[in-house]
Amino acid sequence: MTELTDLTIAAARGGLREKSFSALELTQAHLSAIEAANEALNAYVLKTPELALEMAKASDARLKKGEGGPLEGIPLGIKDLFATKGVRTTACSHILDGFTPTYESTVTANLWTAGAVMLGKLNNDEFAMGSSNETSYYGPVINPWQRSGSNAKLVPGGSSGGSSAAVAARLCMGATATDTGGSIRQPAAITGTVGIKPTYGRCSRWGIVAFASSLDQAGPIARSVEDAAILLRVMASHDSKDTTSVDIKVPDYVAAVGKGVKGLTIGIPKEYRVPGMAPEIEALWRKGVEWLKEAGAKIKDVSLPHTKYALPSYYIVAPAEASSNLARYDGVRYGLREKGSDVTAMYENTRAAGFGQEVKRRILIGTYVLSAGYYDAYYLKAQKVRTLIKRDFDQAFEAVDAILTPTTPGPAFALGEKSGDPVEMYLNDIFTVTVNMAGLPGMSVPAGLSSEGTPLGLQLIGKPFDEETLFRVGRVIEAAAGPLAKPQDWWSKAA
Amino acid sequence: MSVDRATVHRIARLARLAITEEEAGGLEQELSGILDWVAQLDEIDTSAVEPMTRVAAMTMKKRKDEVTDGLCAADILRNAPQVDDGYFVVPKVVE
Repeated sequence: MTELTDLTIAAARGGLREKSFSALELTQAHLSAIEAANEALNAYVLKTPELALEMAKASDARLKKGEGGPLEGIPLGIKDLFATKGVRTTACSHILDGFTPTYESTVTANLWTAGAVMLGKLNNDEFAMGSSNETSYYGPVINPWQRSGSNAKLVPGGSSGGSSAAVAARLCMGATATDTGGSIRQPAAITGTVGIKPTYGRCSRWGIVAFASSLDQAGPIARSVEDAAILLRVMASHDSKDTTSVDIKVPDYVAAVGKGVKGLTIGIPKEYRVPGMAPEIEALWRKGVEWLKEAGAKIKDVSLPHTKYALPSYYIVAPAEASSNLARYDGVRYGLREKGSDVTAMYENTRAAGFGQEVKRRILIGTYVLSAGYYDAYYLKAQKVRTLIKRDFDQAFEAVDAILTPTTPGPAFALGEKSGDPVEMYLNDIFTVTVNMAGLPGMSVPAGLSSEGTPLGLQLIGKPFDEETLFRVGRVIEAAAGPLAKPQDWWSKAA
Repeated sequence: MSVDRATVHRIARLARLAITEEEAGGLEQELSGILDWVAQLDEIDTSAVEPMTRVAAMTMKKRKDEVTDGLCAADILRNAPQVDDGYFVVPKVVE
């Protein structure tokens, strides 16, 4: 039955409708795959097999009656940043030990209403702070991909590393993820999966553990552009519980997928040709340009002059907002509590024991830049730089419909390879972070393999609320690149 | 731009994070490194630029001032490390 786990969501929906297999069989196949793989990959931090089987049976009952939502019976993994009612949610932090929400996030509620089945909670960098999934309290996730001729353990990217690894290893059909500086697109790129961060405001942030509120957005990771469209259509909604959620209609993304790129103009920003760029990344980018040209798109050079300031301004805005958001973890209302001689010592000891090193570092940077006398020099300055970054994009989009760039500066790296220097780790997000700073939609599509035999992705950046164009262009790249080989299964225990 | 040891301790106090002297030493280096790196923003003149507040022009949504939630004290207390008779319990604050 293992072949059921290879299906795309689009194909599985067909199979379920035609009764080629049941939702229960589909879920069972995934549960067995997780059982065999999770010890090696550590993608799931919590498995919910009983709940999954119950949901699958309910889906079968609905399908039998000819009812059922757009995701009826489709088994998904949920990033541990999404609050799930009655199911432990920790953001992979020790400080949220045992936290079991009494409410459901809007995005996951939308998925369950559409009939999806929850397989469990997926690993991520602690509070989504990281680019390699190495900061999780539950330990790192291992990328199912390995370099040719090597069994060195590679990172799956981050912060949505459990999501990307689980989708690539066929441990779910699709996964929820979140993206504050690249946390959907970078892991998708280096695991050979498709990830889209929609426009800020497209998905409700209600019930998602907050990292940096002006940057955070939810989105899906999936194995095809069409699957990503199917998932995003359900995840996106207007929500009165999130004042930044926008009240505009969610388009039929699935219908956009096959529309092609004839008549579209794609921008190539010269500032993304960074010094020291790996030749294979540049070659892949050129290949992307050729594919789009052949499919009928026009190509145009554009300039985004403030690109190089996006990452340093991000590392002011994101920690500042994080230090404020994470002030709520005080040992009083939920999660971990450590003893202290008085209430302040209790706070300080709880937070010292509960937060990991990277989270502490960002809280301290954020506290520093927001402290008396520094607000204007740092946070206000960074918000002004955001205006300039956004203005660059506004001007570019007067002449082009979407922008094509590489997603990452390189392929998957090995565990421990970049964890020594925080700034070196931050540079992984150099191509993705601008998109969050400007609030735009961005998608990563698998485009080929590196010289090491591991996946690489191309990124598409769109106009505000124009995810449809990204799905159109993304599908053309996906088709031109051809089906990516499946990572060879080294991780499954014999049943 | 550099952060000294006393500043690390002051910031940690503001952030309510207990740190050891050894950690403070490492953080002094790391925070200085990050702040030196973000100092490149000084190259840009932003004197005539408005700070970005939102992605798309949109007026702040308002809703009717009415009760939409509540009467769920048990839910709110469910995850607390220590509760007593419907209250959160903390170490003694007033002597």
